[in-house]
Amino acid sequence: MTLTLEVIGISVLWLFLFLYVIVASIDFGAGFFNAYSAFTNKQHILTNIIQRYLSPVWEVTNVFFVFFFVGIIGFFPQTAFYYGTTLLVPASIALILLAIRGSYYAFATYGAKINHRGYIYMYGLSGLLLPAALSPVLAISEGGFINMVDGNPHLDYWALFTSPLMWSIVVLSIAAVLYISAVFLTWYANKAGDVKATDLMRKYALIWAGPAIITATGIIYELRGHSPEHYENLLDLWWVFAISFLLFVGTVYLIWKRRNYGLAFILLVGQFFTAFFAYGLSHFPYLLYPYLTIYDSFTNETMAIALIVAFIAGLGLLLPSLYLLFRLFLFDKDYVKGKSDYHA
Amino acid sequence: MVLEDTALLSRILTLLTLSFHIIYATIGVGVPLMIMIAQWVGIKKNDDHYILLARRWARGFVITVAVGVVTGTAIGLQLSLLWPNFMQVAGNVIALPLFMEVFAFFFEAIFLGIYLYTWDRFEDQRKHLLLLIPVALGAAASSVFITIVNAFMNSPQGFEVLNGELVNVSPFLAIFNPAMPTKVAHVVATAFLTCAFLLASIAALRIIRGSTHIYHKKALHLTMKLGLVFAIATAIIGDFSGKYLAEYQPEKLAAAEWHFETEEGADLVLFGVLDGEEPKYAIRIPYALSILAHSLPNAEVTGLNEFPEDEVPPLWIHYLFDIMVSIGMWLAFIAFVYVAASWRGWKFIKQKWFLWLTLISGPLALVAIEAGWWFTEVGRQPWILRGYMTVEEAATTSGQVDLMIILFAGLYFILGIGTIVVLLRMYKRNPIEKELAAREAQKGGEKE
Repeated sequence: MTLTLEVIGISVLWLFLFLYVIVASIDFGAGFFNAYSAFTNKQHILTNIIQRYLSPVWEVTNVFFVFFFVGIIGFFPQTAFYYGTTLLVPASIALILLAIRGSYYAFATYGAKINHRGYIYMYGLSGLLLPAALSPVLAISEGGFINMVDGNPHLDYWALFTSPLMWSIVVLSIAAVLYISAVFLTWYANKAGDVKATDLMRKYALIWAGPAIITATGIIYELRGHSPEHYENLLDLWWVFAISFLLFVGTVYLIWKRRNYGLAFILLVGQFFTAFFAYGLSHFPYLLYPYLTIYDSFTNETMAIALIVAFIAGLGLLLPSLYLLFRLFLFDKDYVKGKSDYHA
Repeated sequence: MVLEDTALLSRILTLLTLSFHIIYATIGVGVPLMIMIAQWVGIKKNDDHYILLARRWARGFVITVAVGVVTGTAIGLQLSLLWPNFMQVAGNVIALPLFMEVFAFFFEAIFLGIYLYTWDRFEDQRKHLLLLIPVALGAAASSVFITIVNAFMNSPQGFEVLNGELVNVSPFLAIFNPAMPTKVAHVVATAFLTCAFLLASIAALRIIRGSTHIYHKKALHLTMKLGLVFAIATAIIGDFSGKYLAEYQPEKLAAAEWHFETEEGADLVLFGVLDGEEPKYAIRIPYALSILAHSLPNAEVTGLNEFPEDEVPPLWIHYLFDIMVSIGMWLAFIAFVYVAASWRGWKFIKQKWFLWLTLISGPLALVAIEAGWWFTEVGRQPWILRGYMTVEEAATTSGQVDLMIILFAGLYFILGIGTIVVLLRMYKRNPIEKELAAREAQKGGEKE
């Protein structure tokens, strides 16, 4: 695998998808934990912490998602044909959930200050349904769920919904969302000096660590039956998954010992980063097995270069802005501790 | 059966999403500029009322941005879901502005978050004003980039088709297509115009409701002056748009004007109903169409009969064109009257009947935005890429579009109601008098 424009393109997109997975997990999980704490009458412990983090960044989270799907159409236009045609229903459902979440979050926190329970539950539940609605795409990309009829792709819903692989991916995505979110919020609550919230989130992080790692391993096993070729590729990268597992152990150890939550979160990001990239690498060069590789779906060279130049220029604008955002909110002690509320 | 026509269903769903989204998108493009101007005036005049104006507009703005973001995400993805064949071509030729739009959006999102949560955090209000510049710029830039994509659909260029393959792609030629300058300018100017009038409507409403506070008068005065500036800009750009159409999309102009025979010294047809090929009850302005199309009263304007029947857009777009132009004229008129009268010190603009006229102008401006987009989109039927790809060829082959229409219609209904309820609550619970009193009390407290 040489460093061609195709490889640069898919790496950029994979990176953005990864970033979306992390920031969206924090967002989706936060909604769920907020709802769960309302259900168990512990809402007063968590709500402030969660809102203080989410309010200035929820819109940014959404852009990572838009970035990914606009980018993939730009670099790999043929994906529009295959995935666009087949994903109408699952993607529309995800869109509706996303719309309800995003707008109602704004309605409630900026606008009417609604504290209605039903709404909080709905918001929390939609956070779990979203990863479930988005994750079948990963199963579809493995091949075996799309039939070509008259030259047009059709999704075989029956095969998809009866596939253990699909359900394993759904379960993994939910477990991972809750795990990532809990570790982040443990760190964030600790930064805020909020002992009760830290303890509660620490408990959730430890609870969800198990399911996250078990389902992840389970999927590798599922792939053995579903796509042997992919499974072989995964085995070749066993050492990357080993590193990932060690990072996982590190995170859990630190959380368990109540030490260094910041480092724990960094290890967690490292764990998902290695696993995510090893998974992507083993899928190479297919975007949709066996119809679409990154080579035959790639855009023309002129456009690819233009996009990469635009990407670099855009990043030059984006990184300092993101740094500013983090410095003002995530890493600003007074803001995190809620000493001052400067909301318009 | 109609329900099996996925091209038609895809059109309906796209229409539904876009019609809903553009309300919020227009507000999203224009209001940041208004907030920025209010903040700037407030700093310059050292007048707390304008700063408060900016702050209160910003609060309402967040609600509309939220819905704008989520419906924008919806249409972004729906393009690929409903028009996969078109997006394949678009990806090859016009991906650059699409990609840049996301960057602009990113930029705006980051600074909007910062702006909203740093109120009073900086001692110096000027620093806070600086944060608004990227918000307003990002908002305008994203509308520029996305309009470029739409302009490309109206006058595609920058590629060649050889045996069904796209060759010789030039992203920059695709961006700088003939429709781009007028379209971009028109979209941006009308968004500013609409927002100025929407905010003027709010001020007028408060005064009609009996608030005598100077704050509302300042708000009305500022927005009406801005309204006049953007109305003039819109009129000038509208004229250029007419000339663009005559040159590059004559069938759209001819359908809009019910102009069948190619002739010199063509009349402009206002209103009326069509009976065969004869507009009835219409007002005809001699030579005006020739002037609109080519700046010369005797210039030749191409008629509809020159085009193959299956490439002629539906003739009802005439009504849309009329609605858009009439409302545009009305907005320019009322803004002019207001500014002239307040300059001369005439009192009638403070009377209820005039305030009512101001009040209805904001919603009318939104109607004009909708009519204008419907006109431009329906006016390029049957093409999705004029001259290259029809709507039929671009549509998805998926059979579940009808169900999705129902789901999304429900969603937009809820979001629409939600926006109205939340905005009303927000301002009713905290009227300006209350907020000012609270600020006074806080300031008094600090001095003690």
